[in-house]
Amino acid sequence: MERTEAELIAAVLKGDAASFEPLIEKYSPRVFATARRYARRDSEVEDIVQEVWLKAYQKLKSFRGEAPFEHWLMRLAVRTCYDFLRSHQRNRESAFSDLSEPEDDWLERFIHQPGAAREDSDAARQLVQRVLQHLSPPARLVITLLEIEDRSVKEISKLTGWSVPLVKVRAFRARAEMRKILGKIAKDKYL
Amino acid sequence: MSHMKFVDLEKKLISVARANPPSDRVPLAFEKRIMAIIMGRPVQDIWAAWAKALWYAAAPCVAIMLLFSGWALVQSYKNNQTPTVDLAQQLDNTLLAAVDQSNDSTR
Repeated sequence: MERTEAELIAAVLKGDAASFEPLIEKYSPRVFATARRYARRDSEVEDIVQEVWLKAYQKLKSFRGEAPFEHWLMRLAVRTCYDFLRSHQRNRESAFSDLSEPEDDWLERFIHQPGAAREDSDAARQLVQRVLQHLSPPARLVITLLEIEDRSVKEISKLTGWSVPLVKVRAFRARAEMRKILGKIAKDKYL
Repeated sequence: MSHMKFVDLEKKLISVARANPPSDRVPLAFEKRIMAIIMGRPVQDIWAAWAKALWYAAAPCVAIMLLFSGWALVQSYKNNQTPTVDLAQQLDNTLLAAVDQSNDSTR
């Protein structure tokens, strides 16, 4: 008979480490998808996910079972991703004049005929990644959670551990930062 | 590029990101790798950790002791005493205190 999550967690806390494996199997896809929002290289993504699971194992005692395990785990995952962004801050600098040809074409198409710039093209995806990479860690986190994942301010507050007013302030600054980056693209490209 | 275009571009890029969620693919046997790390970790021995902490604390304690010894010596020099004689005398007195007391009582 398949054991419930609560039973698995209780068993791990009693010292049966092997009971942790079904939890890893069940939730790894979610953690991988989250990590891939903030890191591109496979090795970096795997490092983040590994760290999330090791932290989860170490801190399992602090899981009180009031909220679902998944929520607790995702909080851990988001905070680990934020730590990753902060530790890789210096990799952010690269000029927008380095836009690839397809990215350039996509932008050109968007400016002249916005409807013709397809959302599912590789160039569009690369351009989004490039813009996100230039954001500061808090801005990238808040844009990802608020705009891309469409989460509420309250949810973001719970996930990040930031207060609600702080999330709002950071969201405001993040949007300004994003516009500044888009302005820089336009300047590099058209001036 | 006009302000309107910036706003439109921002919206477009956000919708591109929404339309292309990242893959949730898990590398083969990833859970086995994590379990191997967890199982391979040594069980924490509280006594070993305590002994380790004490061992680490020994060096700062010796350093503090040397610092105070030096300070005591400097102070005694400042008071125009000859520290070696004085300290030796004091050490003699302390060690022989018991003998002196027993001599006094037999008299």
